[in-house]
Amino acid sequence: MRLFFHIGRYFLMIKSTFTKFTKWSVLQKLIFQEIDDLIIGSIWIVAFMSFLVGGVVAIQTALNIESPFLPGNLIGFATRQSVILEFAPTLISIIMAGKVGSFITSSIGTMRVTEQIDALEVMGINSLNYLIFPKIISLMLYPFLITLAMFLGILGGYIASVYAGFSTSFDFIQGIQLDFKVFHVVYAYIKTTLFAFILATIPSYHGFFMKGGALEVGKASNVSFVWTSIVIIIINFVITQLLLA
Amino acid sequence: MIEINNIAKSFDNHKIIEDISTTFDKGKTNLIIGQSGSGKTVLMKCMLGLLDIDEGEIYFDDEKFNKKNISKLANLRKQMGMVFQGSALFDSMSVLDNIIFPLRMFSNKSNTEMIERTKEVIRRVDLKDVDNKFPSELSGGMRKRVAIARAIVLNPKYLFCDEPNSGLDPKTAIIIDKLIKEITIEYNITTIINTHDMNSVMEIGDKIIFLVEGRKIWEGNNKEILNTDDKLINDFVYSSELFKKVKLYQKNKN
Repeated sequence: MRLFFHIGRYFLMIKSTFTKFTKWSVLQKLIFQEIDDLIIGSIWIVAFMSFLVGGVVAIQTALNIESPFLPGNLIGFATRQSVILEFAPTLISIIMAGKVGSFITSSIGTMRVTEQIDALEVMGINSLNYLIFPKIISLMLYPFLITLAMFLGILGGYIASVYAGFSTSFDFIQGIQLDFKVFHVVYAYIKTTLFAFILATIPSYHGFFMKGGALEVGKASNVSFVWTSIVIIIINFVITQLLLA
Repeated sequence: MIEINNIAKSFDNHKIIEDISTTFDKGKTNLIIGQSGSGKTVLMKCMLGLLDIDEGEIYFDDEKFNKKNISKLANLRKQMGMVFQGSALFDSMSVLDNIIFPLRMFSNKSNTEMIERTKEVIRRVDLKDVDNKFPSELSGGMRKRVAIARAIVLNPKYLFCDEPNSGLDPKTAIIIDKLIKEITIEYNITTIINTHDMNSVMEIGDKIIFLVEGRKIWEGNNKEILNTDDKLINDFVYSSELFKKVKLYQKNKN
C-alpha cells in the first residue's frame, strides 16, 4: 500500500511541477545553471566511462570468439550493438542516477531541512515548479550526452581491438557499418529521453518529500539512487519489449 | 490584523493544537510563547498556510484565509514576510541575491530600482559590506538580519518570526528583538513571533499568548505576565534563576 501512496504522490508532484510557473526571467537563469550542473558537469565522467567500457566490450567479444568460422568484423558489430542499444543509454543512465540523482536529492533535501523550501512557499512561489521544472528541461539535453557516450564507446572499442591486435581497422569499421538499423538509434534516443525524465523527477521526489535532518538527506540520496535505477531497468525492459520485440 | 478562531490541527490522530482563538494586532509585536512541543510552530505554519488546519478559521484583515483560492492565496502570500528559526537563506546565493529575490519574483521594478530598494533594507537592518558575501560566511546575528531584510523587502503587511533569536548570544538576541519591534512600528505591520525566550517577552511583548500542550491558556502583555496568578505561566516565566531573583527582589522591595 505504501508503494501506491508514493506512486500517487509522485504523479501529483509531476502535475504540480507544470502549474503556476515561476517568472520566465528567473526560470531561464535556473535552467542554464542546471545545464551547467547536470549536463556539462557530467561530460568528463560519461566520456571516461564510455571510452573504457567500449574498449572492454570489444576485448571481451574478441576473447570469447575463438572460432575461425566467425567473421573478423564481428567485434565491431558487437561493440556497436552493445554500446548503442544498452551501454550508452542504460548503463550510463544508471551511473547518472548515482551522480546526478544523488546531487539532486541531496540539494533539494538540504533545502527542505534548512527550511528553504518553506521560505519559497511562504513567498507564494510554487516550489515544485521552481526546483524541478528547470531540472527536467536541462535534462532534455541528456541525449547529447548519450550521443557522446555512443561515439566514445565505439571509439574505445576500435582503439582497444585494433591496437591490441584483436581486429584490423578495416574489419572493425566494416563491423560498425554491418546491418546498421537507424531505428536502433531512434530506440536508444526514445529510452534516453524517458530516462532523462526519470533522472530529473525521482531524485527530486525523494529530496522534496524527505523528513528529518542531515543523516536523512544521505539516506534519501541512497534510496533515490536505488529507486531511480530500478525504474530505469523496468522502463528499459518495457520499452525494449514494445519497440524491438 | 490577523484573527484566528477555534483553530485545531492533528497529526496521525494526535491533536497538536486545539481550539485556539485570538487576534494579533497591527503595528504590534504579538508573541506566541510556550515550551518546546507546545504547538507554537504548528500554529504559525497553519497561519502561513504551510499546514492545513483541521478546524477553525483564519482572517487576514477580515478576509478569510482560503488555500483553495489560488490567486487570492498568492496575493496574500506576497503580503507576508517570514523569518525562519534557522534563517532559511538560500545558501547558493549572495546576501544581495537573497534579499532581492522576492523583488525579482514579484515586482515589476527595473533592476536599478530593485537594487536600490535592496540596499535600502540592507541599511535598515544595519548591515554593512555584506552584499557579495554568502550566508555561510555570516555570523548568526548577521544571518538573522539578512532574513529580516528579505522578509521586509516587499513591504509586507504581516511579518512572522519563528524563534528569531534562537542560537544567538543574549546581547545580539536583544538587538534582533528591538530591530523587529522598530520595523513593526515603522512599517505598521502585524508581527507574530514564536519564542520561548523570556527576555524577548519582556522586551517586545505587546501581546502574548501562552500555549500549553496545544491549548491557549493565557493571553496578556509583558506587564501583565509578571503579575498573573496562573500557576502554569508562573512556572514557565520563573523557570530561570534570573527571573526568580527578579521576583524575589520585587517582593522584598514591596
